[in-house]
Parts: sequence; structure tokens; C-alpha cells
Amino acid sequence: MTLAARLARPASTIPFWNVRRRDHLVGYLFIAPQLVGSALFVLLPLAMVGWYSLNEWNVLAGSFEFAGLGNYARLAADVRLREALTATGVFSVGLVTLNLALALLLAVLLNQRLRGTALFRTLFFSPVLVSLVAWTIVWQFLLQPSGGVNSVLGAAGLDGPNWLRGEGTAMLSVIVVQVLKNVGLNMVLFLAALQGVPKQLYEAAELDGAGAWRRFLRITMPLISPTVLLTSIITVVGSLQVFAQIAVLTQGGPGTSTTVLVYYLYQQAFQFHRFGYGATLSVLLFAIVGALTLLQWRMRRRWVFHEA
Amino acid sequence: MRRKIVLYGVLCVLCVPFVFPTWWMITSSMKPINEIFAFSLLPDSWDLSGYRQVFEVQPFGRQYLNSLYIALLVTVGTMAVASMAGYAFARIRFRGQNVLFVVVLVGLLIPSEVTIVPLFQLFNSLGLNNTHWPLIVVPILGAPGVLATFIMRQFFLTLPDELEEAARVDGLGRFGSFYRVALPLARPALGAVAIFTFLHSWNLYLEPIVYLSSPDMFTLPQALTQFVDNYGGPMWNVQLAAATMTALPVLVVFVLAQRQFIEGLAHTGLKG
Repeated sequence: MTLAARLARPASTIPFWNVRRRDHLVGYLFIAPQLVGSALFVLLPLAMVGWYSLNEWNVLAGSFEFAGLGNYARLAADVRLREALTATGVFSVGLVTLNLALALLLAVLLNQRLRGTALFRTLFFSPVLVSLVAWTIVWQFLLQPSGGVNSVLGAAGLDGPNWLRGEGTAMLSVIVVQVLKNVGLNMVLFLAALQGVPKQLYEAAELDGAGAWRRFLRITMPLISPTVLLTSIITVVGSLQVFAQIAVLTQGGPGTSTTVLVYYLYQQAFQFHRFGYGATLSVLLFAIVGALTLLQWRMRRRWVFHEA
Repeated sequence: MRRKIVLYGVLCVLCVPFVFPTWWMITSSMKPINEIFAFSLLPDSWDLSGYRQVFEVQPFGRQYLNSLYIALLVTVGTMAVASMAGYAFARIRFRGQNVLFVVVLVGLLIPSEVTIVPLFQLFNSLGLNNTHWPLIVVPILGAPGVLATFIMRQFFLTLPDELEEAARVDGLGRFGSFYRVALPLARPALGAVAIFTFLHSWNLYLEPIVYLSSPDMFTLPQALTQFVDNYGGPMWNVQLAAATMTALPVLVVFVLAQRQFIEGLAHTGLKG
């Protein structure tokens, strides 16, 4: 029996187990795995992290006692945390600025009518596909005092520093290595956005006598701004989660200059076995990411009009 | 013409820091240890002993298999779970839908680092630490899978209603029209989900070092950092051989299918 014929029957004879009810059930079944997963691996751990953060918990000593807001008081007084937040801020700002600027530059260059841009696109994109730790290990080697980077500098008559052990250069090194690894992703997103800009606009502007720079500022930037916003948010949130690069390249040093929040969290929880304080740091990370995402949501609403 | 030459020049120079490290990784892994600090494009004398030692220092074959099977399971699992949930949220009307969607979306807000302490404790109490369960189950069902669900939902929202009405008139049930009509159409979205899920799992570092403690269970990123000699110094040629073996397969697949890779990711980025 076709759907139309079924619907044509009078309401009273529609069986209890009708299409709509069955749909409800199918809907629940379809989302069940994801829902169970969210409950078990997102919401439950989130509640647990909140509870842990209210307790003094040292795994090694086997002590677990309610501490109220004690961990949060410690948070406020923790000098090393302040250093970690500073390092995180420096890393995020440096990474986002450099990443977006370079991604935009590469995308504009590759958006020219030029043979072989596909090859260059592939080359710039390739580090995205290289395993993160493999990429980091190679750079760890290249950035040694006698490594490849300094050999190149030496050939130019310059004396290179010990990149990964110098207070001033360690953070810069981590940022650059990470930008080179992932800038291809943002480049591709920008490229897609650039290709969506109508060519007639440029032609019209050119007729009106607008130079290349002016066309870029007045036409390109406004039209790709939703993508700029999107990529910047993705990149900011991603930059807050940097861990493997730090763990492999600098172990947070020299001093605490590259100890970012997630690395500090890892140290406290899994090296010093302070689970309670680790949980408190998790809450802090959650709060920061949550605030940024909320900001994105509000800004995005303003951009939606633009996208349409 | 002059403009073109300048442009090519700029692109070639910019390319160097992107291409050279990979080139250097591959070629240096075939250099004898005394040559490894010399700066050259190709080895003067070829030495593949690093590739043999990789398997002697650690159970590298086993670790490779660990990474591979975990990444494949996670990818297939995520595609199944996310496409079903995404489909239901986009195309089926059921009570409580919006509230449940918001509940699931919370996962998007949560970096995995936030829940690592309680999850470690959870799996510890289940006796599942130093097994691969946390590395498989959490990514499929937990927060990392939510992005995939979101992408699938966005895609299914764009399908025209008529398609499924036609399927239903032809006698397909809900599952039939999901599996036979909607899912085949969703191949671009599924492809993108597959790519970034695989890469994410292949690159995972924090979780393995938290959950796993015996070398037999290690995954590749974790294993790569363990190639040290008896004095704790890094064995560079061995480490680079291992890094090459980790990076190369993904790179080769990428070169073969680069159009789908890049467009798939660009597509998803814009939609997500």
C-alpha cells in the first residue's frame, strides 16, 4: 500500500503503530549511540571534573578529601599558573597572527592565474598530512645548535642561537614549527573563499581606477571576512590545545617559558599526581574555551547576514 | 611576464620550509650516523641499518599495527555513529529532538584535555587502562565524534525532501531510505569525516601517553619519542627512519587522492 493510500484512510482507522510513531522510535534508535556516548564520555566526566576540583586528591599519597574551594584559591595564588597563562597567551596570539597572515598570503598568491598552482598548493598543504610527532621530531633535529637551520644561517655568515634552549627563541620556534605544520589547512579554506568572490567586482573596481591593494582591502577582505572569522576561531581554540609539540620540542622549558596551560595540566595531574588540582585546571581550560566559543556564537550571528 | 617570474620565485622560496623538513627526514633516515649532521640533499653513502634497528629497539611492527587498526576502527565507527545521528537530527522529527541535539553539541565545546583526568579515572576503575579501549571508544562515541555528527547533519539538511518521499512511495522504510538513498548521496561529507577522523586518531598523542604504559601497546606518535640509546641520547637515524615510516603512507595516499583530500576538507571547513 502506498503512503498516499495509507494517509487517505480516515483518522480513526490509522493503526496505533503508525508512520509517525515509528519515526519517533527510529529517530531515538539512530541517535542512541551518540547520546549514550555523550552521557558517558562527555557529561559524566564533566560532572566528575567539577567534583574532583572541589577535593584535595593526591593519588600517590592515596589521600582524597573535600577541600571546598581550596583548589580554586590555589589557582588564584599559583605563580606558575600565571606563567602558564602568559605562555598560552603568547603562543595563541603569535600562532593565530602568523598563521592567518601566512595563510592569506599563500591563498592570494595561489589564486593568481598561473600554471602549476596545484603543485604549489599540494606542497604547502603536505605538512598537514605528516604525522604531528614525526614533523616535530624532524624540527627538533633541525633546530639543534649544529642542526640544519643553523647550517643555513652559517652559510650566510650568521651565528645561529640554540633555538630550543634559549629563553627568547624557544617559544618562537614552537610557534613557527606549528604554523608551518598547519597553515595549509587555513590556506585551503581561504582559497575556497577567494574563488567565491565574483570576478566582475574586480573588473568594475579596476575600471574605476582602484589599485591592487585597494581592491584587496575593499572587495576581497569584506567578502571573505566570514571565512577569516571562522578560521581564526578554529585556530584560536586549536592553539589552546597544543601539547605534543611542547612535550617533544621543549618540555615546557627553558624555565617555564613554553609551559602552556595544557602542558601544565598534564604535569600537575599525571606527573605530580595531583588529580584534584589537575581537575581544577581542567575547569579553567573549559571556562576559557567556553567563553571564546560564546564570543564566536555572538559574532557569528552578526556575520550570518553577510553570508546570506 | 616579469610578474610571473617574480611570483614563481616567491612561491619557490616560500615552499622551502614546507617541503625541506620532509625531504630531509626521508633522506637522512638513509644516512649513516656519522653523516647525519652533515648538511646535504642526498646521502653520500646509503645506509639502511636505521630501518632494521627500528624493529630491534622497540616492537615497532606491533606499534604500527596498533596505530593502524585503532585509526581504522575509529574511522569506520565514527562514520557509522555520526551519519546515523546526523541523519536523525536533520531528517526525522521526534519529540525532544532539539534538546537532545543541544545535549550532544556540548561535546563540541569540550576540548578532550578537559575530561582527561576523570576519563583516566573511569577507565582505571574499569581495569581498562593500558588497553586500547579508551583510544577507540571515546573518539567514536564521545566529544571528538560530535563534530562528525554536526557535519553529517549539515549535509543531510541540504538534501531535498522529494528524494525521500519518492523512496517511501517506492516502499522503502526509514532505515532503507537512509541507507540506500541518503547515505550514498552523502559521500563527499563522509569522505571528509573519514579523512579528518583518521588523521586525528593517527596523530593522537596526549591520550596514548596517559592511558598506555607498556611498549607493546604503544601507538606510533608515542613510540617515535622512545628511540633513545642506553644513555638517553636520541638515536637520530633510527628515529628518523621510524618517523619516515609513520609519515610516508599518509603522504602517498594524499598525493594519489589530493583533490578529494583538499576539496573535502575545504568543503567541511566552510560548512562546519
